[in-house]
Amino acid sequence: MAKIKGDILVNVERCKGCEVCIASCPFSVIAMSKEVNGKGYHFAIKVNNDCTGCMNCAIVCPDGVITVYRGKVSE
Amino acid sequence: MEETFVKTDIRKDENIVYKRTDLLVDRPLSYCPGCGHGVVHRMLMETLEEMDIQDKTIGVSPVGCSVLAYDFMNIDMLGAAHGRAPALATAIKRLWPDKFVFTYQGDGDLAAIGTAETIHACNRGENFTIIFINNGIYGMTGGQMAPTTLPGMRSSTSPYGRDVQTMGHPLKITELIANLPGVYYVTRQAVHTPSHVRKTKKAIRKALEQQKENKGVAFIEVVSNCNSGWKMTPVQSNKWMEENMFPFYPLGDIKVDGKLVEKKEVVVKE
Repeated sequence: MAKIKGDILVNVERCKGCEVCIASCPFSVIAMSKEVNGKGYHFAIKVNNDCTGCMNCAIVCPDGVITVYRGKVSE
Repeated sequence: MEETFVKTDIRKDENIVYKRTDLLVDRPLSYCPGCGHGVVHRMLMETLEEMDIQDKTIGVSPVGCSVLAYDFMNIDMLGAAHGRAPALATAIKRLWPDKFVFTYQGDGDLAAIGTAETIHACNRGENFTIIFINNGIYGMTGGQMAPTTLPGMRSSTSPYGRDVQTMGHPLKITELIANLPGVYYVTRQAVHTPSHVRKTKKAIRKALEQQKENKGVAFIEVVSNCNSGWKMTPVQSNKWMEENMFPFYPLGDIKVDGKLVEKKEVVVKE
């Protein structure tokens, strides 16, 4: 059965690790990485496959680093 | 770790539902992590993109953190002297009445140094949009007390908290301006949660569309955080803002279509 799933792509070098996206995600898809980026910030990463592509994280991101995808997947 | 969750079948260009708008210049924003400025910039640029008026829009950014706006907004921008953005916007709008003009100001700029310009431009009923970012502090210069600082709020020039006996009361400039007859639309919004961001975007769109009708000033206050100035993490500062700023600066429309909106009385803790 086809299902609508979402996916996010974080621009790692632009992320400043403010964690506002984590608070806004209804499915706890995002967490902070243990590694740091070139500026020394921990960046947002996707930690599970529950993303629905609701765009909450991308809308609230102050730096606009998140690109959201939404599409059909066959299971 | 990230690779485990990559879904290559979704991550395709035709499946993109949201990406950073091209009207923001492709360079990292120089604001602090978690600062509300970035969201307001993006919502403003998205609105211009949706209305397809980016080549007809002129922005004015005065001094403060908001001065950096012209580094990131890929439209025509002018820098004004401190607090004088409404005066400059008046000139631009009178010379080019068919352009869309907005000013982008912080609270130290609009409510302290530029009070006279703001109030008189609003009173004359100039036909431009004012976007006012209120974080209750002078953010750029190191967190000094601003006119909008809450009673008891600590800042670098009021380290024991703002004492209203000696330092005066906070200025609710948005309510003050709403009473002027030249002002057509006044609203107060926030950008810390997705629902508030969406409401802010609608308010910006409404304000820009009203410029076509020549009705008067549209004034959008955005209550924002300044986590560096408040000495908190971004998430903490958003929570602090909900608990302390919103009771004093209640969100919602204050004046719509030239008429003041009746409001329930909000009890403010002194």
